[in-house]
Amino acid sequence: MEEKLFLLGDEAVAQAALDAGVSGCYAYPGTPSTEIMEYVQASRQAAGSGVVREWSANEKTAMEAALGMSYAGRRAMVCMKHVGLNVAADTFMNAAITGVNGGLVVVVADDPSMHSSQNEQDSRYYGHFAQIPVLEPSDQQEAYNMVREAFDLSERYGVPVLLRLVTRLSHSRTGIRRQPPREQNPLRLPSDPKQFVLLPSIARRRYRQLLADRPKFMEESEREDGHNSYTRHEGARRGILACGLAYNYLMENFPGGVPYHVLKVSFYPLPDKLVRQLFADSDEIIVLEEGYPFAEEMLLGVPPRTEPVIRGRLDGTLPRDGELDPWLVGKALGLDLEDPEETPGLAVPRPPSFCPGCGHIDVYKALNVAMEKYGAGRVFSDIGCYTMGALPPYNAINSCVDMGASITMAVGAADAGLVPSVAVIGDSTLTHSGMTGLLDAVNKKSPVTIIISDNDVTAMTGGQLPAGLGKIEQICLGVGVEKEHLHTIVPLRKHHEENVKIMEEELAYEGVSVIVARRECVRVAAARKKNKNR
Amino acid sequence: MKTDIILAGVGGQGILSIAAVIGLAAVKEDLYIKQSEIHGMSQQGGEVYSHLRLSDRPIHSDMIPKGQGDLILGVEPLESLRYLPYLKKEGWLVTNTSPYENIDNYPDPGQLFEEIRKLPHHLLVDAAALAREAGSARAANMVMLGAAEPFIQVSDDHLIAAIRELFARKGEKVVETNIKAFKAGKAAAERVG
Repeated sequence: MEEKLFLLGDEAVAQAALDAGVSGCYAYPGTPSTEIMEYVQASRQAAGSGVVREWSANEKTAMEAALGMSYAGRRAMVCMKHVGLNVAADTFMNAAITGVNGGLVVVVADDPSMHSSQNEQDSRYYGHFAQIPVLEPSDQQEAYNMVREAFDLSERYGVPVLLRLVTRLSHSRTGIRRQPPREQNPLRLPSDPKQFVLLPSIARRRYRQLLADRPKFMEESEREDGHNSYTRHEGARRGILACGLAYNYLMENFPGGVPYHVLKVSFYPLPDKLVRQLFADSDEIIVLEEGYPFAEEMLLGVPPRTEPVIRGRLDGTLPRDGELDPWLVGKALGLDLEDPEETPGLAVPRPPSFCPGCGHIDVYKALNVAMEKYGAGRVFSDIGCYTMGALPPYNAINSCVDMGASITMAVGAADAGLVPSVAVIGDSTLTHSGMTGLLDAVNKKSPVTIIISDNDVTAMTGGQLPAGLGKIEQICLGVGVEKEHLHTIVPLRKHHEENVKIMEEELAYEGVSVIVARRECVRVAAARKKNKNR
Repeated sequence: MKTDIILAGVGGQGILSIAAVIGLAAVKEDLYIKQSEIHGMSQQGGEVYSHLRLSDRPIHSDMIPKGQGDLILGVEPLESLRYLPYLKKEGWLVTNTSPYENIDNYPDPGQLFEEIRKLPHHLLVDAAALAREAGSARAANMVMLGAAEPFIQVSDDHLIAAIRELFARKGEKVVETNIKAFKAGKAAAERVG
């Protein structure tokens, strides 16, 4: 038997990109996508062929760099979690208009059920919005194969291609068969020197080109040997449309074969011809898809069609939110499945918590004391380990919305009269999307106190190198924070009293104050010590 | 042949190492395998589980269907109970008895054991003590892997080779401790079985 690699879905994507001759991988860490870049960074193959593979400051800078590499004729991949695509959306939408030169594959990992996210948005809508091809693998081997093809597709049609993953596929490990590696592209400028200049006159031309290519994407979608396939079951009146991972949940329930017509969808736009055939053969169609009812809404149309009957997440056949699983799919198909045991009441939830000795704990203990005289409800926070400050016993923060929103929401609340307003943000989040907000605050002399809880690492996602390492104070001063109102403190129990005092003084100042609370992440410190002792 | 295992514990207890050992061993035996993991936020002292599916035929779902798991392997007693919805009626629950109490409302351990004893097939193992005897309290996860060995249709030789492979970069002493822990767990399970 040929050798198989035992890889996570994310790692299969990474290996596939390397085998496809990618020259640069760009990303900002975010669950469940982080392991793609981590694999590329650890790969000897990538090191040997000089693949560019540093973390970017955020998803937008990552996507822009990837587009630049594509401009220069080489293959580039950019990876992020679903909400990261919101950050990179400006580049993403416009890259569909510029088109590409070297292949450009955008990998987005969605997190249905919000295991580690603030929403469960479905990235297929972004692919539809940008009007580019979307690939959605049903398993890890397909993910590997699709990355290879996505690069080819991207170069064949001159557009970026979106690969949509979901948590369960990204974070499940299985045997992967590789294909022979391909050489990287040489440096080669676009044949049209104006291709990437989106002045209105050129943008209109480029957009018409994208629209003109739509029928070709449909041809790909309907190709016999492509990723969408229709299997007719003689005599059946029910049809199933199963997208991506949901196809596996369907197959799991029918080890002896599915007794219905099945349209397996792993490529979008949806295949017109095959959907028509499914309609013609079925009285009832059940749509199985992970995430939002994307395909279901399209099948229903406006006004909602009544023949055939379309079932799925919208009519309650499946839950409207949350991820699917084999049991839910089996039930939706009317299988006689026993209700599972319930979790005994004794097994109470065990939410994530700060590591013992974490510096964020000392930050919140000091902040809670300093805030006593102002009362609760004034602390805006952000996304990272320190978001757990919302949980008992700290109950220290009042917001967590998107990367960087702490500073700007504090500014807005101060504008409304909530003075002082406080922001708590991490070092990596600051360099991701907090610096521009800090500039806004400085320019309007907003009465906000900003605490940068700096642990020298991107901790929540497992300890990646942050973009602002060693530069945080310089960044603040550079943006215009006054020297007298920029403090660096060490969040340790022994400094509690003086840290409270500094916070109290700065809370009383009616302008921008920044307190950098710096202590290395305890997990990183432990790992460093262990490496040293080895 | 098909074995569906739910691994349960708290972030940091080495659940993914158990999964990695079984996975490496299964790959050596040319079995089909899918191993679903939890990464991200929950790893910070929260509930962590992994679904491990082994079969001699292709496996579709990464998740074990509810009510079809053959074995819950717990490195922590409360966590082992959390995943009962995934266990089939005649399935086994094998768990370490040492509670990991990092929440205020952690239940009385006696009640937990009572709940576990209600199951037709259960095995309680004092993995912490056996791990210390083997040389490191941190090896409790390998004790539990050993205790589950009779339920996993993968050969000992391959499991031990996989432990070697996984811990090789941490030095020979760590490898030997983990193999000792594995064997102690297996012996404990055999005494009961």
